[in-house]
Amino acid sequence: MDREAASQAEEMSKSQATLTQNPLEKTWVPWMKSRLNKRRGSSVPQFTNSPTLIVMVGLPARGKTYISKKLTRYLNWIGVSTKAFNVGEYRREATCSYNSYEFFSPDNTEAMEIRKTCVAAALKDVFTYLTRYQGQVAVFDATNTTPERRQVILSFAKDNGYKVFFVESICDDPEIIAENIKQVKLTSPDYTDCDKEEALVDFLKRIECYQQTYIPLDDDTDRNLSYIKIFNVGSRYLVNKVQDHIQSRIVYYLMNIHVTPRSIYLCRHGESELNLLGRIGGDPGLSHRGTKFATALGDYMRDQSISDLKVWTSHMKRTIQTAEFLGVQYEQWKALNEIDAGVCEEMTYEEIQEHFPEEFALRDQDKYRYRYPKGESYEDLVHRLEPVIMELERQENVLVICHQAVMRCLLAYFLNKSDDELPYLKCPLHTVLKLTPIAYGCKVESVFLNIEAVNTHRDRPENVDVDRDPEEALETVPDHM
Amino acid sequence: MRGCSNRSKQNQGKAVCMTNCPTLIVTVGLPARGKTYISKKLTRYLNWIGVPTREFNVGQYRRDFMKIYKSFEFFRPDNEEGLKIRQQCASAALNDVRQYLAEDGGQVAVFDATNTTRERRETIIQFAEQNGFKVFFVESVCEDPDVIQENIVQVKLCSPDYTNCNTDEAVEDFMQRIKCYENSYETLDEVLDRDLSYIKIIDVGQRYLVNRVLDHIQSRIVYYLMNIHITPRSIYLCRHGESELNVKGRIGGDSGLTTRGKQFAKKLAQFIQTQSIVDLKVWTSQMKRTIQTAEALAVPYEQWKALNEIDAGVCEEMMYEEIQESHPLEFALRDQDKYRYRYPKGESYEDLVQRLEPVIMELERQENVLVICHQAVMRCLLAYFLDKSAEELPYLKCPLHTVLKLTPVAYGCKVESISLNVDAVNTHREKPEIGPLIDPRLVRHQERCRHQNCGEDKPPLIVR
Repeated sequence: MDREAASQAEEMSKSQATLTQNPLEKTWVPWMKSRLNKRRGSSVPQFTNSPTLIVMVGLPARGKTYISKKLTRYLNWIGVSTKAFNVGEYRREATCSYNSYEFFSPDNTEAMEIRKTCVAAALKDVFTYLTRYQGQVAVFDATNTTPERRQVILSFAKDNGYKVFFVESICDDPEIIAENIKQVKLTSPDYTDCDKEEALVDFLKRIECYQQTYIPLDDDTDRNLSYIKIFNVGSRYLVNKVQDHIQSRIVYYLMNIHVTPRSIYLCRHGESELNLLGRIGGDPGLSHRGTKFATALGDYMRDQSISDLKVWTSHMKRTIQTAEFLGVQYEQWKALNEIDAGVCEEMTYEEIQEHFPEEFALRDQDKYRYRYPKGESYEDLVHRLEPVIMELERQENVLVICHQAVMRCLLAYFLNKSDDELPYLKCPLHTVLKLTPIAYGCKVESVFLNIEAVNTHRDRPENVDVDRDPEEALETVPDHM
Repeated sequence: MRGCSNRSKQNQGKAVCMTNCPTLIVTVGLPARGKTYISKKLTRYLNWIGVPTREFNVGQYRRDFMKIYKSFEFFRPDNEEGLKIRQQCASAALNDVRQYLAEDGGQVAVFDATNTTRERRETIIQFAEQNGFKVFFVESVCEDPDVIQENIVQVKLCSPDYTNCNTDEAVEDFMQRIKCYENSYETLDEVLDRDLSYIKIIDVGQRYLVNRVLDHIQSRIVYYLMNIHITPRSIYLCRHGESELNVKGRIGGDSGLTTRGKQFAKKLAQFIQTQSIVDLKVWTSQMKRTIQTAEALAVPYEQWKALNEIDAGVCEEMMYEEIQESHPLEFALRDQDKYRYRYPKGESYEDLVQRLEPVIMELERQENVLVICHQAVMRCLLAYFLDKSAEELPYLKCPLHTVLKLTPVAYGCKVESISLNVDAVNTHREKPEIGPLIDPRLVRHQERCRHQNCGEDKPPLIVR
């Protein structure tokens, strides 16, 4: 052991007895801020050293932007800071108005120059994001259909110490391409003043411009690159040289998503006995109104006439009781259990304020990262829900009967909500949210099933200081018995 | 875990129902391409996560039938008698597969053989169709002579086929054996086999071709296969140093190290130094005692919440004697089925395994790792590496102040147990003699009533 390490070891052994617990996240850190302990603040290690640059490859209308946006949303949700850079958007900004497909003709040298400038501008922003702002993953969304263009990006990444992972989408099914164009191209800013027929013809010619010079990733010449090739929306994949944990997770995710139309229904259990009393957590049964909701839920789902609906619940009595009223098979997931409030289980907010005023304030300061003593945080919840999300991606029509905090986490994933927004998303009792993927996002329909229930939503109060008055702490607590 | 799968509605709640019909995994590849290695590893993983799985190695059937192996001539494509016997062995194995999946409650069967011709694979596909099994092929393709050589050295030379040969003879014979298959080898083809579900593993994981993944279990299998590697490395498992609560005989909690515990941490640091491990990663839980232990190593470490000790719910920080007194029925239930038993408002070993799965997946990806964890957690991890059943897992011995060094070798794992010579209390509780079996459903009600003073005091229903 060299001298520096030896003295560090001595330092360590002195501080061995002195760990302190971070009051917000309840994690143990050494007393002296050692540079050895650079946690990123989560329950799961991040395993990212160098930043990763994901590079999309493929002809237009092959789902590159769809994949970019979805992947970005997923990575951010699991706590990996990610941002997508769409070169098309840079082009729209540079050229003001789109005339026709001729802009993309390989012999249009003037346009070529503009397009190259746009790539450079986008890469510059990638650099700012990854190197200056400590982003972990950047998704470079463009056609990148020639080896020359890909080499430019590889050099850029090498100069900056980024790992590169290519995602190529290959599709020759004309129906998929047509559907793609219909869903996202006809409504693009490029075609606002065109009628549908004109737009379609122009776009197909645009694709042709690229087709002439398209060289896919080659299994032989590109054998040292890290990439995944997706064929025909997922019927086949080719995966080459996965380098690390994050690339492995990305591959797993990409191999589980699909584009088959379907809907996901999210709702909470029916109103529970403890809900009525304003108490959090526990494992109570349904109140009378809760059972009425369960019946109404059954009627609603039957009216939806869904083929092959899967129903999921948690292991807690109130979700299972709700599911029982549907009269169909359901599966129980422990991972869908409500957030564990630790020592505050079954307390009212008033009691928490009385017994743990400092904890109560800390929670209001950072509701996402705050962990109840001997309990969990929203951040912990997201990690335990990740397998649920992965399976939801695989499935088609699913009804998830869960709990307030859990539903907020799932909703945040589908609607791309930030850590700050997530713990305050409104998920009232007796309301079903129907989520239907459309274009690049998700359509939400909120259906209240007309059975009254208490409000369990507590907004962030104005004063979050630990020395605030009890009234200030309790000003946003909803009414209860 | 091994043990019969319970398809009744009661057990359906433990994990998502991943399979409707059973799955038949079929390996494909020339000899010495790692098929048996993959079969055994995959079987071990699936059983650990709770999917009853068994492997069927046709070579084993051939050895049982033939008793004596003479030479590679047995495998010559023109050896009619040899072909007939090999066909019979394959049929016998498939018959056992059918028995396992259709009658014995198995969910996945791994059919481990070369299966190098389209004709043979077609037979298997038909067999699966007749019985309502899904088929997933796992092909291993490798042309790197070094990898093949190493393979032969590790697992073929010590095979029962070559007990009476010297090394050179054995290698020579085995190379000839491979040649027998080479001419008729039809690899899974992108076009001809486009409707089959398969993964093709090329050059030990450099590249993968994945076709038509049908369901959850196939998706999990693909993810697992894409994360394993064969680079030599060692995994070190140990518990935190002795803690204050350990000494008091109390379970759970979040206490700090005793003086002896701190001594252990220092000894652990020295031990790690002497091992001269390349690029060692250190993982701890988020509990004070493992972190304190890691701090003594003076190297960066990662904290995993998933490595936290089992949550004993209402029994946290109690002594076994106190649990016996306040929750006697719970205590008895635990001894009845320690793997599935869940503490009230706490966890079971079964829950632990589920939360440790991402840790195992990452351990597979990594190389040299030291995991500083807790008794129940270490038992789960150890059970994965040493292929222990659900019955054995909760009673595996994981004493304090002892490091287990696991090194993958051949088809399994070598274990070295290293005691660092610092005294500590013993926290291991053996399985006691089982009294009359108790119906779990009655217990929670009974004990909840007792604790809420609702006055009911019926004697427990005893199930014989």
